Amino acid sequence: VIEHFVVGLALLAGLAGGFLLARARVRRSGRADSVHRILLPFTGSEISRRALDAALRLARAEGATLMPAYLAAVPLQLPLRCALPNEAAKAMAMLEAIEQRASAQDVAVDARIERGRSYRHALARLLEEESFDRVVVAAHANGGEGLSGDDLVWLLRSAPAEVLILRPAPGDERRLSAPAPV
Amino acid sequence: MSNGRYKIFLGMAAGVGKTYRMLQEGQAEAAAGRDVAIGYLEPHDREETTAQARGLEMVPRRSVPIRDLASWEMDLPALLARGPELALIDELAHTNPPGLEHRKRYEDIADALAAGIDVFSTVNVQHLESLNDQVAELTGVRVRETVPDSVLGSADEVVLIDLTPEALLGRLRAGKIYPGENVDAALNNFFRIENLAALREVSLRQVAEDVESKRLVRGEAPAGLGTRGEEERLATEVPKAVGERLLALVRPRPSSQRLVRRAWRSAQRLGTDLDLLWVKRPGEAIEGEVERQVRALRRLASVLGATLLIEEHDDVVTAVARVVRERGSTYIMVGESGPQRGLARLREPLPQRLMRATPPGVDVRIVADRGGREGRP
Repeated sequence: VIEHFVVGLALLAGLAGGFLLARARVRRSGRADSVHRILLPFTGSEISRRALDAALRLARAEGATLMPAYLAAVPLQLPLRCALPNEAAKAMAMLEAIEQRASAQDVAVDARIERGRSYRHALARLLEEESFDRVVVAAHANGGEGLSGDDLVWLLRSAPAEVLILRPAPGDERRLSAPAPV
Repeated sequence: MSNGRYKIFLGMAAGVGKTYRMLQEGQAEAAAGRDVAIGYLEPHDREETTAQARGLEMVPRRSVPIRDLASWEMDLPALLARGPELALIDELAHTNPPGLEHRKRYEDIADALAAGIDVFSTVNVQHLESLNDQVAELTGVRVRETVPDSVLGSADEVVLIDLTPEALLGRLRAGKIYPGENVDAALNNFFRIENLAALREVSLRQVAEDVESKRLVRGEAPAGLGTRGEEERLATEVPKAVGERLLALVRPRPSSQRLVRRAWRSAQRLGTDLDLLWVKRPGEAIEGEVERQVRALRRLASVLGATLLIEEHDDVVTAVARVVRERGSTYIMVGESGPQRGLARLREPLPQRLMRATPPGVDVRIVADRGGREGRP
């Protein structure tokens, strides 16, 4: 009787182990399939706080990675692939500030800096190179710098992902700036 | 006839001892049996300098009339006619009065070198053309007599005569540089400690850059010149540049971008180059997420003006040590490693292993992962 009991117990343990292993595999493969990246393109040394907060909220809710992307316009007299130390300095400070904010909300970040002849060109290059599921971008109330209305229309047509354009709103003057360099 | 060898004694200011050192080396050459002559000496009535010149033959200077005065200048034709093995020619930045063979003394020196005469000469850093504005800004004093930087670049050897600002001021106060009545004026104008400290930094940087550029030129000599073997030997034997060079160890994952950002900022502060290195395991495929992260790192490196290096090796430390030697890195930045599991806990941490494997003087800095979470694949 004891022998049968031990064999039965071993069988049960084996079945349970197999089940747990299979479930872990399914979970792992499921996680790999549900890649989530949220692109947050921005220009200059400020970013709309509302756009950043929206992107962070979505990323947190969906367990997605936030991809803040600094778009740099390269003047025509310079080669497109040239180093841009001044732009890089601005981008670095902004990305650092975004990352700190994301980290406080437990959101993973995978940042980019992309060059182009114009902001739209930089964004087009980014769309070619990277994959993401959603784009969050803020529309400016009065034109402003950065992506124009035409650029946003172009983005809606071209992005192979869901595009979330935030309407201009009273809270738009709240912007995240890079901290002053130490 | 082959050109003579050219050695320049560079100083941050008058009184550091350039002329003294030039004479000292000239005396040593003469003692070793070489034919040494002084082409031009400006002793500035400094006793020690005059004493150091004793025993060395001096090619007589020539008098050149300027209005009602006579200026005593180096006699280039007499020096060329005398043709010593080594000529000591002070103050290469000097401007000759009109009517002589050349406008500037460094041009006279070029003739002597072309005649196969070795030349020792002296110059202060503020005379270099590219530094003239910078030095004027730092010190408030603009030097009129300038020389092209190529003069320094063409020298076979540049010796920096370094003296701390405090020691130089001590010499000035003791009346070893200017006569007593001029000391106070000098102390209140050019010879202020902040001026001297700035000039000293400029001089040190200048010589460091000169060494670095010569090292690179030697290392990059084209094949087929017949001296390639020697050039390569020189490139490996010449000590690495005094300037810093940063190497950041990265991996194809988002957290590396934070490390790159910090490394780049440090490189900017130091005014130096940045290399990024990923040591890839042999056979490790660059595909999927890894490929994407490598592309991202490459683009980031390109924007920053940094160089991304990918080395395949099964031992990170060995690969890093090799790259450090090849690139002349002086600073390694590594990211914080996560908690170790299993037998890995028994291994010596990477920074310590790097410290042991890399040449002395290479610093290792661990960059904390303040970003928190890693990007999900």
